[in-house]
Amino acid sequence: MNVDRVIQVEGLTKAYGELLAVAAISFEVQEGELFGFLGPNGAGKTTTIRMLTGLARPTSGTARVLGLDIRAQAAQAKRHIGVVPEQSNLYDELSARDNLLFMGKLFGVPRGERRRRAEGLLRMFRLEDRKNSHFAALSRGMKRALTIAAAMVHHPKLLFLDEPTLGLDVAAARSLRALIAGLHDQGVTVFLTTHYLEEAGLLCDRIAILVSGKVVRTGTPAELKRAAEGESVIEVRFGKPVPEARDVFTSRLPGAQVVAMNGHELRILGGDPAQAYRVVFAFSEEKEVAIEAVNTVKPSLEDAFLKITDLSPVAMTQEKGK
Amino acid sequence: MRTYYLKPPAVSWGIVFPITWILAFYLRSPRDFAELVPGLIAMTALFSTTAAEAVVINFELRLGSLERLLLAPIGVPAVFLGKVLGGALFGLIMTAAVALGSILALGLSVNVVYLLMVLIPALLAFSSLGALLCVMVREVFEAQTLLNLPRFLMIFLSGVVYPVSAMPRALQALAKVLPLTYAVDGLRAAFWGPGAAAYVDALVLLGFALAFVVPGMRLLARRFE
Repeated sequence: MNVDRVIQVEGLTKAYGELLAVAAISFEVQEGELFGFLGPNGAGKTTTIRMLTGLARPTSGTARVLGLDIRAQAAQAKRHIGVVPEQSNLYDELSARDNLLFMGKLFGVPRGERRRRAEGLLRMFRLEDRKNSHFAALSRGMKRALTIAAAMVHHPKLLFLDEPTLGLDVAAARSLRALIAGLHDQGVTVFLTTHYLEEAGLLCDRIAILVSGKVVRTGTPAELKRAAEGESVIEVRFGKPVPEARDVFTSRLPGAQVVAMNGHELRILGGDPAQAYRVVFAFSEEKEVAIEAVNTVKPSLEDAFLKITDLSPVAMTQEKGK
Repeated sequence: MRTYYLKPPAVSWGIVFPITWILAFYLRSPRDFAELVPGLIAMTALFSTTAAEAVVINFELRLGSLERLLLAPIGVPAVFLGKVLGGALFGLIMTAAVALGSILALGLSVNVVYLLMVLIPALLAFSSLGALLCVMVREVFEAQTLLNLPRFLMIFLSGVVYPVSAMPRALQALAKVLPLTYAVDGLRAAFWGPGAAAYVDALVLLGFALAFVVPGMRLLARRFE
């Protein structure tokens, strides 16, 4: 078993009838890495996880997880992997502790040991006070944390996290990111899918960008950011919300990508920076709206993502709103 | 067990419905009720097992927890068989309660060996039938609706209340391909003999179980392709 390369994927493809969900992707994940799989909704991230965890049969291509062929040796591979699906799907009627004990039992952890591990995980994920609460009664953040804990009960070497912070409030998402970083520090290899660019940039050692079922770029966050180097990035903050600003700027700045960060703020990537400044000031006068700040900044991972994927700013804004 | 078996669909179709039928027949004709006991025990086995399958399979499919089971180092056949055995166990508890209650209340005598020899394959056959039909649909209400078709057909054609031998020839032929017919016949043999019939019925019921389990496993596996 080649443990240096925890995941080896070669030409992996999944088709559902006419729909090609994953199109001949290839990548590797090294031991101890926190590897991000980044892409918009529907890019094929979850389908890839399902194939790598034995829940879906690849149409073609090969995938080895911990050196084991996921088609022929799925049961063996599953003993060493933990999976946190996008949906927190533990049993509503069981308590936090009983859910962990049940998962331990499924993975054949001996009785005394699984009790010890369940208590340890409840402590680690700060759920001790809620250990007797039914899963249904936990907050969304707690459910997510317990679902991760359940995936850890058999001490997996590789942890798959599918959109772990989706739908969480800011505080819960931050706390969960700290937990994921902690697991990575302990040497667990983590395969993380997300469509939150900031999350991928903060947590991941390396990132693969997936668009329409294809891996379009792989690299460290710094390497990916370099893809947008040389592009001007201007951030504008207005004194009040101007929802029409993005459409106006898009029409007046050919070659630039305009992203509305929120009602007040815009980000203009690429195009002619001098022209961008002129358009911003002209818009401010025209609409009689004050400019609170206008800055030229370094390209972010988001800017790089836009440049690499060529995803339209409208689509990107919709992604962020989800 | 505590996760599923007190959910409303399991209680209404698996417990309330058979008990209501039993009470209805008892109140209609208390004197002739003893004659109906084997059929009503078989009907209880059918309803309790199939109702439990709709809960254990379709609730889990909808919540995604069935998928969680498959993330463990176990395959689809093991999960499917687990669901079949779970339904059969729930059915056994319900059916044992009905059988014991009827036997004690009416002072009936029964050959326990024959009773178990027929009842256990019957529970497995009905549970497998339920599991097969439940993996075809996603929602619990869809499953209960789909299950009602064979359940009600069998109640009327398998000799639960009306003897198969008294039915028109075409319906008798149809009754021969229904598992409940063999459960009713085998249970009658356990109560009133001849015992030899119980052996044949038990074997046929095991055949039905196998015939339902194999396609059921394949259908469930196809959901995860």
